[in-house]
Amino acid sequence: MKRVQFEHSTIPYLFIAPQIIIIAIFFLWPAAQAVHQSFLLEDAFGLSSQFVWFKNYFDTIGDASWRQAAWFTTVFSVLVTFLSLGIALLLAVKANEVIRGARTYRTTLMWAYAIAPPVAGLMGNLMFHPLIGDLYKFLNTIGWDFNHKLDSFDAGFVVVLIAVWKQVSVNFIFFLSGLQGISKAVNEAAMMDCKSPTRRFWTITFPLLAPTTFFLMVINITYAFFETFGIIDTTTGGAPGGSTNTLVYKVFQDGFRGADLGGSSAQSVVLMLIVLALTVIQFRFIERKVHY
Amino acid sequence: MATVKLKNIKKTYPNGAVAVQGVDMAIEDGEFIVFVGPSGCGKSTMLRMVAGLENITDGEIEIDDRVINKVSPADRDVAMVFQNYALYPHMTVRGNMAYGLKNRGLPKAEINQKVTDAAKMLRIHDFLDRQPNQLSGGQRQRVAMGRAIVRDPKVFLFDEPLSNLDAKLRVQMRIEIKRLQRKMGVTSIYVTHDQTEAMTLADRLAVINDGRIEQMGAPIELYNNPATLFVASFIGAPQINLIPVQFDGKNLNSGDLQFSGFKDLPENTDLILGIRPDVLEPNNDGQLEMQVDLVEQHGAENLVYGALNGASTTDGYITEICFKTNQNTQPAIDSILRLHFDQSHAMVFNKETGERLI
Amino acid sequence: MSNINWRIILNHTILLIGVIFMSLPVWVAFSTSTHSAETILREGLQFWPGTNFIGTYREVLFEQGGVMKSVLGITMLKNSMILGIGFAIGKVIVSMLAAYAIVYFRFRLATPLFWIIFLTLLLPLEVRIIPSYEVVAGLGLLDTNFGLIVPLIASATGTFYFRQFFKSIPEELLEAARLDGATPWRFFVDILIPLSKTMIAAILIIMFVVGWNQYLWPLIMTTKEENYTLVIGIKQIYQILSEGGELPQYQKAFALTILATLPPVLVVLFFQNWFVKGLVESEK
Repeated sequence: MKRVQFEHSTIPYLFIAPQIIIIAIFFLWPAAQAVHQSFLLEDAFGLSSQFVWFKNYFDTIGDASWRQAAWFTTVFSVLVTFLSLGIALLLAVKANEVIRGARTYRTTLMWAYAIAPPVAGLMGNLMFHPLIGDLYKFLNTIGWDFNHKLDSFDAGFVVVLIAVWKQVSVNFIFFLSGLQGISKAVNEAAMMDCKSPTRRFWTITFPLLAPTTFFLMVINITYAFFETFGIIDTTTGGAPGGSTNTLVYKVFQDGFRGADLGGSSAQSVVLMLIVLALTVIQFRFIERKVHY
Repeated sequence: MATVKLKNIKKTYPNGAVAVQGVDMAIEDGEFIVFVGPSGCGKSTMLRMVAGLENITDGEIEIDDRVINKVSPADRDVAMVFQNYALYPHMTVRGNMAYGLKNRGLPKAEINQKVTDAAKMLRIHDFLDRQPNQLSGGQRQRVAMGRAIVRDPKVFLFDEPLSNLDAKLRVQMRIEIKRLQRKMGVTSIYVTHDQTEAMTLADRLAVINDGRIEQMGAPIELYNNPATLFVASFIGAPQINLIPVQFDGKNLNSGDLQFSGFKDLPENTDLILGIRPDVLEPNNDGQLEMQVDLVEQHGAENLVYGALNGASTTDGYITEICFKTNQNTQPAIDSILRLHFDQSHAMVFNKETGERLI
Repeated sequence: MSNINWRIILNHTILLIGVIFMSLPVWVAFSTSTHSAETILREGLQFWPGTNFIGTYREVLFEQGGVMKSVLGITMLKNSMILGIGFAIGKVIVSMLAAYAIVYFRFRLATPLFWIIFLTLLLPLEVRIIPSYEVVAGLGLLDTNFGLIVPLIASATGTFYFRQFFKSIPEELLEAARLDGATPWRFFVDILIPLSKTMIAAILIIMFVVGWNQYLWPLIMTTKEENYTLVIGIKQIYQILSEGGELPQYQKAFALTILATLPPVLVVLFFQNWFVKGLVESEK
């Protein structure tokens, strides 16, 4: 906060009011509803409901399909985060190094940022289409008995690939600007102290990028948790057999398709708690180590 | 034209840190006052309290006998020049200078007139339609001054306005600020940590330490007659030589050294003998012996540095000594010199309290 | 010397592979969209543009039943525009005002309100989607632009962008303005808005893309076909395709994909520098 501020009794409230009103109606109220509903059990027709304490929570966590989704979400997030960060870092380092065509590379590598996840999903879906998809045919010709409609590993492969593809450009933009933010003098000093470019990268550049990397990890995990909804919905739809359900996708499926409001709300609340816990962990333990 | 009075003002931050602990001061109409002190001593806080940018925890500030504690900064009729200039980057020089007048609802023609006059006085009238980022550091500094001048305020406040300039410009602007202030006769308060700036600009100087005024007076008075050890060591470049001593009823002793002719000093107390570098001169009968290790040539004068032989070593006081001499005196490195000082020029301080005894 | 040359060649090779990896799918989607349904079914995806460009896109954009049952592609394009632009403008106004209050004022409820705003960052719409739907439905806002856009503004990303930016503006500017007699409103209008111009542009661009790309919320919010955005249309056409039919119109699916992709991509490419600056600013 600023050291010097205006002191005024009403004006700040007027300025902040639109945001707070919107949050109250469209965020706090629904969030409270979710918590409330998570303690209720509705009958099949939604006519009456009764208060069942934590039953929905126990049912949720005890449910094999929920645990499967939790497991898939974990593996999926880790894979998407590391693969997209790794590819983006490699490309950013190279794009920062070359002189000729640096701008063209930058442009052609970043524009995919603007593509919506479900659009990427549909595009990927058609690439892997059994009838017309070249990738589908290609994978089968090289001896992989590939069928993402039936095989859960293959389905996971498709979702991860598309999710990574969609996320590389954001990470690329941040890494590149992080690299450009490293002072020229530091690079020059490093060049005098260390001959090997590879060693220089891991001992000087990479540690200096740590704050960017940390920030991107947070962004990427959030992305893998929530924004990949559109990708999953347009590719596998959680199939086969719920093996590519993420936790968020399952909330939607059970709530809308399955009309199990209590169970879906309990899942929402559990998900909120997971996100809160992750945030706390990220800020308490990781961020402390990467800032100078 | 205004007088400014600080009456026992105090500043405590919400976290309990005390920045200013009871300062009294009366500033005459048209006076140029400089607050000088090390960083964190509270000098900027005091200035900002006068400006109204910082709340006053206790005490009163008066401008022209009117208490202004609760008056908003804009209504105090003060203008301020900031360290980083704080120019509005999206406005032209003219826009920057006119902004305060516009907010006061002055007619356009009058604003124009005032801006043009001030710009001429500061020799920035050729840049009136440029934006701050098209100006050099010195020009920006002038614009910041201009913004203060057009307001025709009762009091000018300067918060280290020259510290972002290079050495040469700093000297030039220092002279210009002093001339302008003389000419306009506006009461001014100027904050700096640079003692040369402080000495050269001030009508009266307030040396601030730890949220208190150590001493206030004309610059030369503070130099010749510092009231405390802090003032003695803060004012004057090169710094005063400080030798830890004890009094035995007849002489001041420090290790093998003995200085006679002192009286009325407490015995068995840690004292500090202070000798300005310019009162020391080489003399074979001198009281001090030094081994030269460095000669700095400043042109007209030389500064000779070396170890003081025979003195006792006490924590915090290095037994190093420096004296000032003319350009023709050039002792060889490692040569041994004897230095003489006139006892009447020596100062003695209580080491514990910093109080001046002689 | 030859050593260095190898390194340069390696760098370019890696970058070219990256460019192909990122661009080829979109290129193939575009090429395929310009061929006829028969060709695609017979030969699969196409790497080079065909002759059916105008035919396909005219059908998708302007002909009834060309892609959806009743709604035209051009209507969906318009709906997407409204969502993107409305969301961007609404977000900038709401979040800039809130950030101004948070950064520049001392007031009693500042801390709790700040934490409420922060909380919205942690819990995206997806986890509270059903109750949100019920609230909006209860207010009778289904199938309205207001109901579509305003709940999306509840998440406070923009507020944090502006907060970071305001904090980076030197404090002395506020102090100077106060000595110059500026009221809070004058300071906001005379100093802060002009200073934030680039930042506002950057956030408008980012938020346009975010708004345009919204999926889940419009999907459950819009019940009538005439309110579909392009991104939602894609979901529908995908369902039609997977249900099968006489001759699957793959080229239309690809054309719709390209249409949904093009505007945000063009905006990002055109305002590249602002966009990157705005995006990266959020990290600090």
